[in-house]
Amino acid sequence: MIHPAAQADPGSSDTVIQFDDVFKIYQMGSNEVRALDGVSISFHRGEFWSIMGPSGSGKSTMLNLLGCLDRPTAGRCLIDQHDVAGLEDDQLSDIRLRRLGFVFQSFNLIPQLTVSENIEMPMSYLGIDADEAADRAAELADMVGLGDRLGHRPTELSGGQQQRVAVARALANDPSILLADEPTGNLDSSTGRQIMELMRELHEQGRTIVMVTHERHVADYSQKQLHMLDGRIGRIEEAGSS
Amino acid sequence: MTHGRIFRNIRLGIKSLMLHKLRSFLTILGVVFGVGSVVSMLSVGEGASRDAISYIKRLGASTLVVESMKPEEEMNASSSANNRWHTAFGLRYEDEPRIARLPNVVRTVPAKILRNREARVGELATNVRIVGTTPDWFDLIRRPLLAGRVLSAKDMQEGDGVCVLSERAARALLPNGGVIGQNITIGSAYHFRVVGVIKADEGSAGGVQTPDQPFDMYIPLNVAWQRFHDTDRQKGTGSYSNELIQLHRIIVEVTDVDQVKPTAVAVRAMLQRFHSRLDYDIKIPLALIRQAQATQRVFSIVLASIASISLLVGGIGIMNIMLASVTERTREIGVRRAIGARRRQIIGQFLIEAVVLSFVGGVIGVAFGVFVPYGITAFTGMSSVVTAWSIGLSLSISLVVGVTFGLYPAQRAARVDPIIALRHE
Repeated sequence: MIHPAAQADPGSSDTVIQFDDVFKIYQMGSNEVRALDGVSISFHRGEFWSIMGPSGSGKSTMLNLLGCLDRPTAGRCLIDQHDVAGLEDDQLSDIRLRRLGFVFQSFNLIPQLTVSENIEMPMSYLGIDADEAADRAAELADMVGLGDRLGHRPTELSGGQQQRVAVARALANDPSILLADEPTGNLDSSTGRQIMELMRELHEQGRTIVMVTHERHVADYSQKQLHMLDGRIGRIEEAGSS
Repeated sequence: MTHGRIFRNIRLGIKSLMLHKLRSFLTILGVVFGVGSVVSMLSVGEGASRDAISYIKRLGASTLVVESMKPEEEMNASSSANNRWHTAFGLRYEDEPRIARLPNVVRTVPAKILRNREARVGELATNVRIVGTTPDWFDLIRRPLLAGRVLSAKDMQEGDGVCVLSERAARALLPNGGVIGQNITIGSAYHFRVVGVIKADEGSAGGVQTPDQPFDMYIPLNVAWQRFHDTDRQKGTGSYSNELIQLHRIIVEVTDVDQVKPTAVAVRAMLQRFHSRLDYDIKIPLALIRQAQATQRVFSIVLASIASISLLVGGIGIMNIMLASVTERTREIGVRRAIGARRRQIIGQFLIEAVVLSFVGGVIGVAFGVFVPYGITAFTGMSSVVTAWSIGLSLSISLVVGVTFGLYPAQRAARVDPIIALRHE
């Protein structure tokens, strides 16, 4: 569904995210905090990016804008060819539902729901028939190696397993972009590696992934690294070029 | 939303509520008691109104009752130091044909009533109310005849010592059957041969009692006069007085309902000519019942309104718990919003939970409310009837309570900012 308010991407049709001179300014009392201070960048289909930087560098703000959870103070944020700035709350919800998949640091599964119901949740919001959603949930659980845990509660799973469920949930509506916020932050290193292997596989299948992390070895799984500093882009590294 | 999705959402709502079983149960209780009391109160009100209707059906709407009444001056006199008193008042035998001659009067039934007389058959005894009357009694108060026959004109003419017993009196005196033809002894000397058994029941509505009672013994009026005369000894506190009353009651049936009031006026005017004091009272059962019904209706409304207050309190309980739930589940709301839930869908989720709470409370409350009236009837003797509409009304109210008190918490949930909610621990 392309909303009339959405604007066509002037650049390549391969561009899934395009930021043009984006500002995000917070008013803290009399101080003006520039969380993003004129950021311009584009991400292309099939790329695997990681966004790095110290705390306060603006990487969380970047993620909020990429995730359509927030609107920029100034500038243009095109997410899959929709300008976030001009959209209503419901339209932002719709973009999140159809085009974005979220993976969080603390998994954020709904505790009272089973694995299957957690994965079905985005599909139910989209209005997909319950049987169809259950079938697809089973498929996705299989893909992340949890086909035999569909009826379990999140609390009955290990951290790594919960994060796999979260990945399956993020993929439920076949999004254009997978957003991950410190996906290994709550996991031990070997489990973290398994999750990153899964991310790498998804990337190899052609998915676009944007991940926020502050860990070098996690960022190494990505193709491109965006280093933020004081609300600006510090530098961009490409795998193998450094 | 399709049916499937509604059921799915309700199922998921129940799952969330089951996370806190005790809390949900306690929240429900408010609505349980509210709905339970509304249903009970409405059933008591309905019971009273049914009583009135059945009374009217039994006696007919077109009757009026003339009763003997102790004049006020006599009441004062008898309370004075003089402890032996002999008073004569009330309706007289000749009043009955006078009333019968009035226009629009179809039937008059005189009754001489002697209360608490010991009736005996061999070793068995029970207290009965003796009613001296005419065969017309049985035409006016239509009760099924269980055995034998009712009093006849022939009984009156011949002045026979015969009687018709009410079912319960017959059972008390002659438990082994074979009632017809048996002799009932009253006091030490009088015998009455049983000719029939009739079903008799007490019924009352709005303070008006049906003319018959469970332990009745009907005898011809003239026999009653011959054997018991007109004196009735009344025991007072440390004293007694003899009252001389010829007839206790005359039931008058008129051609139709509209004639009841004019006839009452005519009867009063006629009696005034023959009675120097006001020693009679004219009652119009229908009017009394209507008045009682109106009072009862107001009473029911007041009761139901008071009961509704507990529903209100129940609703506030739901609101309270839903607000707590929204705060507790801020993170869940954030996750759902981040995944793509619209505000409306979040509202729907929490509204369904609130409505599930109140509706389940409503259903349990109805179960209570259907059960409680039995207790009320057993302990107080008030009739109660649970009607389908009162159940429907209560369930609808519980739904409305759920929506009303669930809406604000649900809106609060929908206003949660996902960015802040996701940081919420």
